[in-house]
Amino acid sequence: MSGPRTVSTFNRRGFLGAAGVGAASLGTAGLAASGTAFAAPAPDPVITEVQDWNRTLGDGVQARPYGKPSAFEKDVVRRDVEWLTASRESSVNFTPLHALDGIITPSGLCFERHHGGVAEIDPAKHRLMINGLVDKPMVFTLDDLKRFPGRVNRAYFLECAANSGMEWRGAQLNGCQFTHGMVHNVWYSGIPLKTLLDEAGLRGNAKWLLAEGADASGMTRSIPLDKALRDCLVVWGMNGEMLRPEQGYPLRLVVPGWEGNMWIKWLRRIEVGDQPWHHREETSKYTDLLADGRSRRFTFIMDAKSVVTNPSPQAPLRQKGPNVLTGLAWSGRGAIRRVDVSLDGGRNWRTARIDGPVMSMSLTRFYVDFDWDGREMMIQSRAMDETGYVQPTKDELRKVRGTNSIYHNNGIQTWLVRSNGETENVEIG
Amino acid sequence: MSKSAKIALGLALLAGLGTASVVLAQQRPAAPAPAATRAAPPAKVGLGREAHPAEVAAWDTDIRPDGQGLPPGRGTVKQGEEVYLQQCAACHGEFGEGAGRWPVLAGGRGSLASDNPEKTIGSFWPYLSTTFDYIRRAMPYGNAQSLSNDEVYALTAYLLHLNDVVKDDFELSRDNFTSIRLPNAGGFYDDDRETTERRFWQANPCMTNCRPEPRVTGRARVIDVTPDSRTGPRVE
Repeated sequence: MSGPRTVSTFNRRGFLGAAGVGAASLGTAGLAASGTAFAAPAPDPVITEVQDWNRTLGDGVQARPYGKPSAFEKDVVRRDVEWLTASRESSVNFTPLHALDGIITPSGLCFERHHGGVAEIDPAKHRLMINGLVDKPMVFTLDDLKRFPGRVNRAYFLECAANSGMEWRGAQLNGCQFTHGMVHNVWYSGIPLKTLLDEAGLRGNAKWLLAEGADASGMTRSIPLDKALRDCLVVWGMNGEMLRPEQGYPLRLVVPGWEGNMWIKWLRRIEVGDQPWHHREETSKYTDLLADGRSRRFTFIMDAKSVVTNPSPQAPLRQKGPNVLTGLAWSGRGAIRRVDVSLDGGRNWRTARIDGPVMSMSLTRFYVDFDWDGREMMIQSRAMDETGYVQPTKDELRKVRGTNSIYHNNGIQTWLVRSNGETENVEIG
Repeated sequence: MSKSAKIALGLALLAGLGTASVVLAQQRPAAPAPAATRAAPPAKVGLGREAHPAEVAAWDTDIRPDGQGLPPGRGTVKQGEEVYLQQCAACHGEFGEGAGRWPVLAGGRGSLASDNPEKTIGSFWPYLSTTFDYIRRAMPYGNAQSLSNDEVYALTAYLLHLNDVVKDDFELSRDNFTSIRLPNAGGFYDDDRETTERRFWQANPCMTNCRPEPRVTGRARVIDVTPDSRTGPRVE
């Protein structure tokens, strides 16, 4: 894949200068990070004393047949916001974006969104049916699916349509985990949905599909046939292993670039039809109420979006001097072409450095290496995708949509970094 | 080359290896690879089996706005009220007003353009078919797919009544179902972002002196609804 590597080096002095926040010069003695240039005044005991792990044997090889993160990483977990929903089983939790790097979300940290709890399914008892406008309605077992030729591996972001939805009226939640954490990025293994549709044989008047889950919410969504044939996948693998139960084990639909609600988990049926079904999740929910009282429906695509994950309210700046600003950008319309970062609330921008693969409809990682002298900053990031779409500000979005559309908030996020390093979710005007 | 042609070619290659493997024995005889110049129907791999009509009937319960999928049956507002009070009112309130944080099912008419829209079946939902389909597939919450078709007709009739769409002597059936029009049927239109948000596509976004000096207008800290994290990072 051809990655757009716009700017690879960053002139720290120039960056802050362009930000125009003040005239304090960099590199004065007071700004040096502690301990980087001088001998320590006293010896460090973790070096001078033999530590337990230097002396005694640790666990043997089979003590952890399925390994977990270090106990010291116990805060890196999914979290929820209880007041958001009426019950735990139809609710959502959030990926700890502030604690992750790169672009792949660890399977155990991928945010969850269920409408009827986690279905626990014996894969031997799972079936996928294809019916409707097909030559032959069919039933597949998981074993059948794994035997199909043409298996593929793809990384895609899945973003809940409601990601950042609590922020439409203003800054509400303090942390990118909560404001932006209804997103994850996973390597999927499976087969194109087209393979199965070909196997059943599409009738000439086929135009829409209904995908249905096996859980107690009976989740259903209508999907245009051209999208299904273009790039939808039926997958059983995530990040190299079988799907997690909370991500649809043993089978889920992958709908690249489109709102997460459509990625039906515990996928049990695909019906082929000639028009959409207008089910609950595409009428009552996942329609976007605008200011005039009318609503957009079938707002499938997730537009270009980005967020600075560090610093952020859960990951404040702890030291002056050299620091790494990093974040994620993504677009449902294709590949990220560029990410710009501002330290002065959007007055001046510099292009960030992108590192790692730049793939279509996948999370993309960006960095800005900078020196911080303790001045207050208003940090923003602005994503641009290969179609030329530029991530708008929240105010620009509100001008078109009002504040009651709930879904599809891809407005630019502002973090206020105070002079003590504490970082806040703010709105600016 | 189309994917289907690739699949056919792949099978032909496999067959050409002459390994007579178990896998190949389980395949249906591979059709000859279609000529590249001719449009051929996609090759079948031969996996899966035909669905039994009773299997399709068991799972295919979905209903469309035009009534496709509606089962035979009927139910009155009165019958629906009985079922509703037993099965639904604990969460949704006796009159669909919603208990606690559970969803409101009735009311809110005319509120959609207001500051606090109330989106209910009567005020927001476009099609009655969605009500029937969703109740039958997913309600009551925690005991889904436990209602008879007549009970779902009756409940749907009762919800229409709670939303002032029908009188209290109304009976809903498959025959008169599609004659019911919900108030907000005309309230939706297809995604138009590429037209109405055209301004968000711009080749050269502003890079310097793009706006006046910003000032903070809102802070999440003041609202203070973020879950506590006693072990999380601390500053100050």
